Amino acid sequence: MRHTGTTMLVVLNKDAYSIQREQDVILFRNRVKEFAVRIGMGVVNQTKLITAASELVRNMLRYANGGDVLIEVITRGRENGIRLTFKDQGPGIPDIKQAMQDGFSTGRSLGLGLPGTKRLVSEFDIKSTVGVGTTVTIVKWKNG
Amino acid sequence: MGPFLLVTIQVDLYDRLALMLESDLVQAISKSGAQGVLIDISAVSIVDSFMGRIIGNIASMARLLDAHTVVVGMQPAVAITLIELGLTLPGVQTALNVEKGMQLLQSRIRVADSEEDAPHGDDDAGSPE
Amino acid sequence: MREQSEGIVNLVVDNLNEQTIQLDPYALEPIQEYLAGISISRARHGFSPRETSFYVLSLKNAILDVQEESAGSDIAALYESTRALNRLFDELSTNTFETFIKGREDVILRQTDEISEISTPVIRVWDQILAMPLIGTLDSARTQTVMENLLQSIVDTGSEIAILDISGVPAVDSLVAQHLIKTVSATRLMGAECIISGIRPEIAQTVVQLGIDLSQVVTKATLASALKHAFGMLKLEVRKTQPPKPFMI
Repeated sequence: MRHTGTTMLVVLNKDAYSIQREQDVILFRNRVKEFAVRIGMGVVNQTKLITAASELVRNMLRYANGGDVLIEVITRGRENGIRLTFKDQGPGIPDIKQAMQDGFSTGRSLGLGLPGTKRLVSEFDIKSTVGVGTTVTIVKWKNG
Repeated sequence: MGPFLLVTIQVDLYDRLALMLESDLVQAISKSGAQGVLIDISAVSIVDSFMGRIIGNIASMARLLDAHTVVVGMQPAVAITLIELGLTLPGVQTALNVEKGMQLLQSRIRVADSEEDAPHGDDDAGSPE
Repeated sequence: MREQSEGIVNLVVDNLNEQTIQLDPYALEPIQEYLAGISISRARHGFSPRETSFYVLSLKNAILDVQEESAGSDIAALYESTRALNRLFDELSTNTFETFIKGREDVILRQTDEISEISTPVIRVWDQILAMPLIGTLDSARTQTVMENLLQSIVDTGSEIAILDISGVPAVDSLVAQHLIKTVSATRLMGAECIISGIRPEIAQTVVQLGIDLSQVVTKATLASALKHAFGMLKLEVRKTQPPKPFMI
């Protein structure tokens, strides 16, 4: 089921959202669900993807007062999937390595934000510059 | 034994609504003198760390008011996701459905009551004031 | 099969008459579809690729005969039309191969799904008690199916105890152990209990040697002892009934 890097990744469909208020979280989650249902993702993977999206969107609201999200339907070889990109202009994360360790959190959450979220998805990428912002990209393959 | 409160969560709660539920429920426990709270989450499709924390808070607050909390009806997909996320809801008791949750509450309260009557029952079963 | 052949010959002949044997991709479409249907059904019925391609090529010969008859003495025209026909059939047979292989692949994919479905049966051994015998290697994808099936059956039957029997699992490494622990945790989170049975001595050895902590999990050597434990949890008792005393005079 692993993918070789040589297979082309194609974006089939996309949609962008702006997240400004906490009410946007539920609306955004419903949108992600619609996309996941459309590619025929099973309930468990859907739940994992939406929960991961929910965690990341909450982080965005908590630390950066919101941001922008891109939802994409992607395909590579025989696999279809959903890619979500979360982009904010918040304070940024000084030490990503530390933030990706279990049990680390600066907010009042339960301290399992990023590593837990990473376990829910197939691919996880984070880029952050202090004072500029953070971009998190996650991919969930339909059968991943 | 006091009355039980049954809370059925029907929709995905956004943050403020969840916090309102938390405070309303704690008020209701105190007003009714309920000894047991059943939270039915069978219609909830997503439990993220925020929702998990609200559920944990309700259980802890209820315990302070001398009530037991049982969460019932968790969907398999939700359970699998919570485990993967690393969220095991410590301190929250669960049951498969409302009926089993009710049985669990009854047995818990019976145990607590008998320990209250007994002269030596003083440690872990939340001695009531 | 005769019906199929007539169908395809008619389609090809219609096409030839109208288009004067020019390869028009639009006119080709119905033929391609027709052939695709034939080769997929052949792939599913277990025909060999040789038989399938032979079938397509024998159609070519049949049409060649017809062409020869209708062309009469005009050799140049016959040559042209034969070339066109060849090109057409090259295209068609390549396509046939592709769909034939795709048909086979679909069969394999479906069987893979079926195997993972069949190999994770959930058995109701008693009121409130489910058992799931696991056979074969546990990888991440299969564990996901196992977990989903087990948890869904727990909800559907309202069973409080699930026994996961791993006597048919050839090896337990740290990844498999992790999957098992996750399954047990998810079961508990839903308000049920999960017992793991069928721990063979070799498995006990590797688990300890790998430093895997199974102390939070109830483990039993056999399904029978797991069942006994489950009875205990449900406060059930299994007793031998007293045989009636022999009547004495």
